[in-house]
Amino acid sequence: MTMELDSSTGTELAASMVDVSKSYKHFKLRNIHFSVERGTVAGLIGPNGAGKSTTMRILMGLVQPDSGVVSALGKPISSSEAAAKQDIGYFSDDMRLYKPESLGWHMQFVRSLYPAWDDVYATQLLDRFGLISQQIVKGLSHGQRVKAMLLLILARRPKLLILDEPTNGLDPVAKHEILTELMRVVEDDSRTILYSSHNTQDVEQISDSITFIDRGQVIASSNRDEFLDKWKRIKLHAPEGWKTPEVEGLRLETCHRNLHVLSFSQFSDQVPALLQGPGLVIEAVESMTLEEIFVSSVMRGREGSQS
Amino acid sequence: MHGVYTVYMTMHSWITISFGDPRPLYLQVIEQVKRRVAVGDLPPGTELPSIRELAAGLKISVITVKRAYLELERDGVIATRQGKGSVVADRPGLQASIQESELRDHLKQAVSLGLLLGKSKTEMQRRIAEIYEQSQKGAK
Repeated sequence: MTMELDSSTGTELAASMVDVSKSYKHFKLRNIHFSVERGTVAGLIGPNGAGKSTTMRILMGLVQPDSGVVSALGKPISSSEAAAKQDIGYFSDDMRLYKPESLGWHMQFVRSLYPAWDDVYATQLLDRFGLISQQIVKGLSHGQRVKAMLLLILARRPKLLILDEPTNGLDPVAKHEILTELMRVVEDDSRTILYSSHNTQDVEQISDSITFIDRGQVIASSNRDEFLDKWKRIKLHAPEGWKTPEVEGLRLETCHRNLHVLSFSQFSDQVPALLQGPGLVIEAVESMTLEEIFVSSVMRGREGSQS
Repeated sequence: MHGVYTVYMTMHSWITISFGDPRPLYLQVIEQVKRRVAVGDLPPGTELPSIRELAAGLKISVITVKRAYLELERDGVIATRQGKGSVVADRPGLQASIQESELRDHLKQAVSLGLLLGKSKTEMQRRIAEIYEQSQKGAK
């Protein structure tokens, strides 16, 4: 299989979007730009309604973008590209199983469509997910239904998994079972996972790279550790009337009397010189969680678009 | 296939990751490998799980484990042979040097916090001496 290469790093890309836009009556996806390296887990984080699902549908070829270039597994994606989809597994909560039939019936059905179906793996998944193949879909709980759908996708052994909010509404045990299984998938370094969530914790744990999306735009995209290294919270005591200096990446989060809490997105072992001076006392420089970084990024993006 | 799962759990049970811990995950991995080596639980030459195996076992990202292994290699704690995985380095004085570097890291942290808070060198020295004396008294 021919693979697309990232022009800056030379790594193989499993999926990429370049300047992808799509307009609806009440929603616009603007210049979506991100890529997923082969053998990695990429997390797409955004609030509800940010455009995560639309982005994933475009990547699957289920929605045609107005402009931009989309490719997956080294091939351009268009709605007619059925061959590439043999190697892509797509999960979305909108997908429905056939209610009167059993899980086993569905397994036979998917097996007949996908030559790569792995019976041994499917049986292992049944066991690890605590599912029974004779169970009728109608009687499944939400968690069981999600696991059943993931089983049907995983057992095809797709090269690229595109999972839209797979852990949404799951109890901690079901979530644990699913994250465990996803990490097993990427033990094989030729497999890639892109998944979305509005829950930063799920994504933080297993993702190699993270893309934040809000109001139809990518607001930040980088490898996970870079996010966590570069973002710091600085607590600073400053004299009355002190104004937050205009430093790129510096933002005032809260201020109480003379205690200023700033977030800084460009930290590199050094506090900006502007934060050192007479009357200024730095109380603490703290790490931020991905959730705090996400919220701060979103707020910065929204402030920027207003001005 | 319950067996597979058990093997996974025991294989990595010498490392535990805490999501309540504010320190980055890769540091937690580094620290625990170092500690196991320092106390002799992982003798020189012990094979470590592959990066992807450990990531799957701990359910943390591959990039996190990769970073931990790179730093452990840079610190001379583990050695990675191309295509053969990583082993605990066979180096005389490794255990002592891990303890030494741990001490250095803690002191460095204290000093950088002192610098951040604008404390002078003499003040830092005085404070360390003070704590040293207090701890000595406490130990008696």
